[in-house]
Amino acid sequence: MNGTLVFALLFWIFAWGLNAWLVKQRPKNLALARLIGIAVPVLFGITLLVIWECVVRGFAIPTILLPPPSMIGARILSSTPILWADFQQTFLKSVITGYVAGCGLGFVVAILIDRSPFLQKGLLPIGNFVSALPVVGVAPIMVMWFGFDWPSKVAVVVIMTFFPMLVNTVQGLSASSHMERDLMRTYAAGWGQTLVKLRLPAAWPFIFNALKINSTLALIGAIVAEFFGTPIVGMGFRISTEVGRSNVDMVWAEIAVAAVAGSVFYGLVALGERAVTFWHPSVRGGRA
Amino acid sequence: MTSLFRDRILPVLTVIAAILVLWHVAVVYLNAPFVRDQAARAGETVTLSQLVERSFAQERPVLPAPHQILAELWDTTVNKAVTSKRSLVYHAWVTLSATLAGFGMGTVLGIALAIGIVHSRAMDRSLMPWVIASQTIPILAIAPMIIVVLNSIGISGLMPKALISTYLSFFPIVVGMVKGLRSPDVLLIDLMHTYHASPAQTFWKLRWPASMPYLFTSLKVAIAISLVGAIVGELPTGAVAGLGARLLSGSYYGQTIQIWAALFMAAGLAAVLVSIVGFAHHRVLKRMGVKP
Repeated sequence: MNGTLVFALLFWIFAWGLNAWLVKQRPKNLALARLIGIAVPVLFGITLLVIWECVVRGFAIPTILLPPPSMIGARILSSTPILWADFQQTFLKSVITGYVAGCGLGFVVAILIDRSPFLQKGLLPIGNFVSALPVVGVAPIMVMWFGFDWPSKVAVVVIMTFFPMLVNTVQGLSASSHMERDLMRTYAAGWGQTLVKLRLPAAWPFIFNALKINSTLALIGAIVAEFFGTPIVGMGFRISTEVGRSNVDMVWAEIAVAAVAGSVFYGLVALGERAVTFWHPSVRGGRA
Repeated sequence: MTSLFRDRILPVLTVIAAILVLWHVAVVYLNAPFVRDQAARAGETVTLSQLVERSFAQERPVLPAPHQILAELWDTTVNKAVTSKRSLVYHAWVTLSATLAGFGMGTVLGIALAIGIVHSRAMDRSLMPWVIASQTIPILAIAPMIIVVLNSIGISGLMPKALISTYLSFFPIVVGMVKGLRSPDVLLIDLMHTYHASPAQTFWKLRWPASMPYLFTSLKVAIAISLVGAIVGELPTGAVAGLGARLLSGSYYGQTIQIWAALFMAAGLAAVLVSIVGFAHHRVLKRMGVKP
């Protein structure tokens, strides 16, 4: 056992002890409690990085298999322009456009079939079924139809995000109880008023559930679609070519960007959920 | 019986029929330019009926007609020997074995993590955010990496794909099982306390049975997603075997019918797997005395 490994072990024990101690604290101060809530997972993450770095150095693992975090960090700093171009191509163009279009389409169709129970009964089982299918498989077909550039990725993302949104919105629209709907009737509220004032608010938790699921699906769809053909820019393209050229640190840098982008995206949706469904028990209780 | 037909079967059949009609219209619309182009080259004019007929029978259509896909499926499953590399059954089996291996490992890992999270506060607070964060990393982006790295240390074939499936499938199980293991009422846990039950007894007699509905709901999601993982895991291996490889080679050579047949096979596989889990769900809940 050499020095770095011993250090990793000591650091791990220390961090674990600190975390165990932090978890037991019950501060009266609300801000302090929130700080601890953030500090615990952050400490865990730092521990992981330190152990990773030390294990790679301690066991002298070839960097081609697993580069240490410091090397990945240096790579991110040194090739920011490439990473930014890939990010623009994959995330800003494909993912965001497809996500908005797919979720919007699912929502609109759900509202349209809302007045026809027959269509709902027909579409729901099929929507549920399609949600369980490996929809990413349509990627090669979309690349053939819409070309190599970002429109084909948008098409894949739209197809992947449409059905979860449709199913969840339809379920959410029927979430309000009979009593509440009867109350709206006694107020002589029309279909539109009932929709806006009662049924949409009741549906928000379901809709946000779909938005969260779709935020990760969209990124996956766009990246996988790039494996089937792409111009010479994009995260999926960069990953598959740099693996071929054994530039593993570049691949990991791309993965780090994807992870941060995905987390921020998810976090934004979750923040939106907190703002819109502030009345829901799961938010009021302080546990989202 | 009639109400079952009216409320469930009829609407679904109507929608499917509508999709098929739209599909056929789309086939003519999308394939017609090629037919017209060919006719113009040959110097002949096509009538409408010829146009329709030819757009349904192209070698490499933009959108194949359903009967072409069915014919391809029949040809590659029944008419080829199962061991042949041209048999779709062979490719489906390759994908299925990776799916099941990954699903099994993901289930075990997910349940183990959930038990840890439920029983240790430190694990709950430090691990749970990272379990969630791990899913925002698009694993499918890492798939080529994992396969290349594992290949270079001598692990190849089934395992790398199964690991990708594991990574994708453990998450829904952790989330579902944490919820399920915590689902017993405080009153019930207090009751176990008054019986002087040990943590192990509380677990086996109360928490574990209470978590079953949650487990099966998660299992359905997990098996669907591990199939996706296995298919995508086959893409970067350079199209050796499996449904993903069929998709990739189909897209290289412009064999649209082959792509669609592989897609239909994958869809069928997903449907069978999910319904097996659904059947197990039904049986277990029935044995536990839950009224349907």
